[in-house]
Amino acid sequence: MTSLLASVAYETWILHFLVLGPVAGMIHVLASPAERAKRIALGWSVAVFAASTGLWWAFEPGAGFAFRFATPWISLWGVEYALGLDGISLFMVLLSTLTTPVVVLASFRYVATRQKAFYALVMLLAAGVSGVFLATDVFLFYVFFELTLVPMYFIVGIWGGERRIYAAVKFFLYTALGSLLMLVAILYVYFSAGTGSFSYEAFLAADLTLTEQLWLFAAFAAAFAIKVPVFPLHTWLPDAHVEAPTPGSVVLAAVLLKIGAYGFLRFLLPLFPDAVQHPAVTATMLALGTAGIVYAAWVAAVQPDAKKLVAYTSVAHMGFVVVGVFALTVNGLQGGLMVMLSHGVSTGALFLLLGMMYERRHTRRIEDFGGLARVAPLFSTAFVITALASIGLPGTSGFVGEFLALLGLFERHPVVAAVAATGVIFAAYYMLPMVQKILFNELDKPENRSFPDLSRREAVVLAPLVALMIWVGVHPAPFLERMGPSVEAVLEQVDRDAGVLLEAVEPGVGAALEQVEPGTGAVLEQVSQSAIGAVSPPPASDDIARAAERDATATGNTGQASRGAAEPGAGGRETPERRP
Amino acid sequence: MTLDYSSSFHYLVALLPECVLFVGGMGVLLAGVSKTDEQRRPELGWLALAVLAAAAVANGWLYSVSESGATAMIAVDKFRLFANWVFIVGAALTIAISLAYVSRQRLQAAEYYALIAFATVGMMVVAASRDLMIVFLGMETVSIAVYALAAFNRRDPRSAEAGLKYFLLGAFASGFLLFGIALIYGAAGSTNLQAIAVAVQDGAAAGGLMIPGMALLVTGFAFKVSAVPFHMWTPDAYEGAPTPVTAYMASAVKAAAFVAFARILFVGLDGVYDQWFPILWWIAAATMVVGNLVAVVQSSIKRMLAYSSIAHGGYLLVALVAANDAAAAGLLFYLFVYTVTTVGAFAVVVTVGRQSERDTAIEKYAGYGWRRPVLGTLMTLFLLSLAGFPGTGGFMAKFYVLQGAAEAHLWWLLVVLVLTTLVSYWYYLRVAWFMWMKEAPEGAVHRVGGATPFAIYVVLLVCGGIVLATGLLPGAAIDLAQGSVEGLRHWVAGTAPAH
Repeated sequence: MTSLLASVAYETWILHFLVLGPVAGMIHVLASPAERAKRIALGWSVAVFAASTGLWWAFEPGAGFAFRFATPWISLWGVEYALGLDGISLFMVLLSTLTTPVVVLASFRYVATRQKAFYALVMLLAAGVSGVFLATDVFLFYVFFELTLVPMYFIVGIWGGERRIYAAVKFFLYTALGSLLMLVAILYVYFSAGTGSFSYEAFLAADLTLTEQLWLFAAFAAAFAIKVPVFPLHTWLPDAHVEAPTPGSVVLAAVLLKIGAYGFLRFLLPLFPDAVQHPAVTATMLALGTAGIVYAAWVAAVQPDAKKLVAYTSVAHMGFVVVGVFALTVNGLQGGLMVMLSHGVSTGALFLLLGMMYERRHTRRIEDFGGLARVAPLFSTAFVITALASIGLPGTSGFVGEFLALLGLFERHPVVAAVAATGVIFAAYYMLPMVQKILFNELDKPENRSFPDLSRREAVVLAPLVALMIWVGVHPAPFLERMGPSVEAVLEQVDRDAGVLLEAVEPGVGAALEQVEPGTGAVLEQVSQSAIGAVSPPPASDDIARAAERDATATGNTGQASRGAAEPGAGGRETPERRP
Repeated sequence: MTLDYSSSFHYLVALLPECVLFVGGMGVLLAGVSKTDEQRRPELGWLALAVLAAAAVANGWLYSVSESGATAMIAVDKFRLFANWVFIVGAALTIAISLAYVSRQRLQAAEYYALIAFATVGMMVVAASRDLMIVFLGMETVSIAVYALAAFNRRDPRSAEAGLKYFLLGAFASGFLLFGIALIYGAAGSTNLQAIAVAVQDGAAAGGLMIPGMALLVTGFAFKVSAVPFHMWTPDAYEGAPTPVTAYMASAVKAAAFVAFARILFVGLDGVYDQWFPILWWIAAATMVVGNLVAVVQSSIKRMLAYSSIAHGGYLLVALVAANDAAAAGLLFYLFVYTVTTVGAFAVVVTVGRQSERDTAIEKYAGYGWRRPVLGTLMTLFLLSLAGFPGTGGFMAKFYVLQGAAEAHLWWLLVVLVLTTLVSYWYYLRVAWFMWMKEAPEGAVHRVGGATPFAIYVVLLVCGGIVLATGLLPGAAIDLAQGSVEGLRHWVAGTAPAH
């Protein structure tokens, strides 16, 4: 595979194709008759996805950006059209390229009017999202970041439900508020760095005092926290999700929310390390993340509208991302990334399933359904697997991420981790009753007796997502090893001058882990040596190494265990409190 | 060739674009006398466009002319020439969207086009002047022509109202301006900007006349650029004036006032920066806040665009407050993009109104995008550009100004700017949501048949193309703008401003 890719000079054109391919698709859609729009959009999005899968093999895990390309765009300002890919953006890109064909295919029946405009906007959105994840120039990032707003605004506003305009405008203004403040902060860093360049490296090199960092952190965090969304900035999300057409909800959940969390990892942590490690900031972010997990779970549990319920689960899941990221540990960050990936797949699939229900019955109220398992077995199977993945059942994608995030959090903030872990229980509390009411109760409504099962097209839409949920859940090592070095590089950036990060890890953590998971240490050690240790380079930061060493001496093997726990597919099933 | 103004021929050369345009404007008037046939009205418009093209050629040729020193009354520098491009483009686009309007409204075509030409001459003079008296003469030339244009539709009382309001407040503002000039002359002993700058350096500001003069001058210009709290005339004048004239007033006329304001502040009054800085800071902040907030509640698209133009004036004032090269270049670039975008938006307004003053309510745009997709898409593009959204020239322009202001460490003004920009998203998007997200009410579908005039299509495509080009590949235009302000601020020999 690698040689095949090399033979077509894959690394020279792939990133451009990811950004410009959808744009070409958009132009093609606009230039074609309306009745062919959906097939053209499908063709282009499948082509982009197929091309992007090569990244899986072509990407060599490493700390820096791969496939870098830069050409001056606005030379006077030092702006470059600069693209690059690392272990963090890799999965975001793959997630978004997968989402686009899925969404296009799912829209075939759902979007009956104004198809040309719709598919053109979807393609534009795909281009914008790719650009966000690939840009290594901050100015370029900002342009793409804003560019994703416009198509989404129109998708929600034109094809949405009753209150679509309200939802679209709220979405737009909320997101724009954050990003505009970020623009000012970007300019501040630009002039502080004084290199006359907007490149990511130039921004990393900026020398900022703690006070400056705190202000800039606030501005950047506002932009990303609204996008994530972090409680209490989440109020636009349920509106947007509920009013958006199914394809819009899927893109929103699967990809657009990830932009915020990606911004945390790419910009917030590396650019403002002192602010990030400031105790008040960490405490605030962890508190908000945990509050989001718990609060959203409670609110979700009482929603009569299935779509709104799923919308709130997004808030809860993204809460796990926030606490994972701000745990500032390798496990936490990797966990956050895995939650992002898993949430994109499982929540996207849930919205697709709800969309199919809505197409058939024109209602989203949970109480209007019941007993679907008897009439639509395939549909119900997919629904159950997806719901379980969303809850985080071991063996599904949701478990890996949430477990790692909690583990990473536990290493430094055990109490917060304990509170956040209740969110997993709540997840079962809101999700399982919904599954029961829709699929398993009495088949008492006559309309539901003729509920058609999945059509072939719908099965094709759902199959890759369900497969991915199980693959990630059972064998996450290939994912983790690809994101590992990049995550460590982010932590190195956070840690670059303070050196206090890992000092704060209490020596007792390892022992605590041993108690939580009796007997897993040895297993994990083996796994980590075979799966992770073989691939990951040794920890590059001296501090990480030192801390690991010290932990190892303190508790025998936990230095390995905490890294090795990045392989919960093997050892994770033995954590009793994870079972819903 | 090099101009040293040793003979009056040099003045003619320095003023070549103005001369061409002026003579051509007279030609349009004369041609109108001989053509009484109504069918021939559009030809006068094309003639005016040809005259503008000739002026553009003259302007391009002036790039090959240099001047010795930088003290003459008439500047031949790139700042002026860039500004001239803005005026010429603005005037040409205005004429192009007027062609069908003038015929349909049966306006006196010759006078209409000639007045636009004369107003443009005035703008060019304003941009070229290094002397307060010439600035004043130029401003009056512009103003009187535009007073007449605003009131041009004699059958429409609102047009007359617009003209009268504009005239009364404009005359009032001119009084402030002239009084300010007089006081500055009293303090500095000259109306030449360099002489004033030198006098300020020698301590003229301490005399008690310079600062009041500066304040009055700033007030006069604040009227001209419709800055808050001197903006009251703007919405009424913009709403009542014939729509193409509104486009012209909101774009080129405003640009002329800003160019003159910039040159006076950056060159002549640079030494009293510390005095005018707080005044303009507050005016800029108030203009952005009030302009944007009041635009939110407008129900007429012309009034909305009028308040939006006030808000854009606020952003441009930020560039003046920043007073550095990046901000000055940003000002020029912004004026160019803003002029093109505004005229493009008004071209759509003219088309929707079917070459009249009908259907200016924003509700009338319901469902318009689906009935006329090209027009709707372009209007959306112009609105996004006015909102300063990435991918359009408006974003690059706004970013340029932001960058200049950031370089001057005006962080709070930047925050005001971006937050008011957020407010502006609301009212620009509101038009977009009417166009695309609402259906036209039953029975209220107004006539959409009838071909859009060819000239308007050209204008729309040109404007749309420029907006996209400056949004996606702005490098060349930015370099040009940056090159155009070289030497503008540091031309007093051997001295660099303190800030």
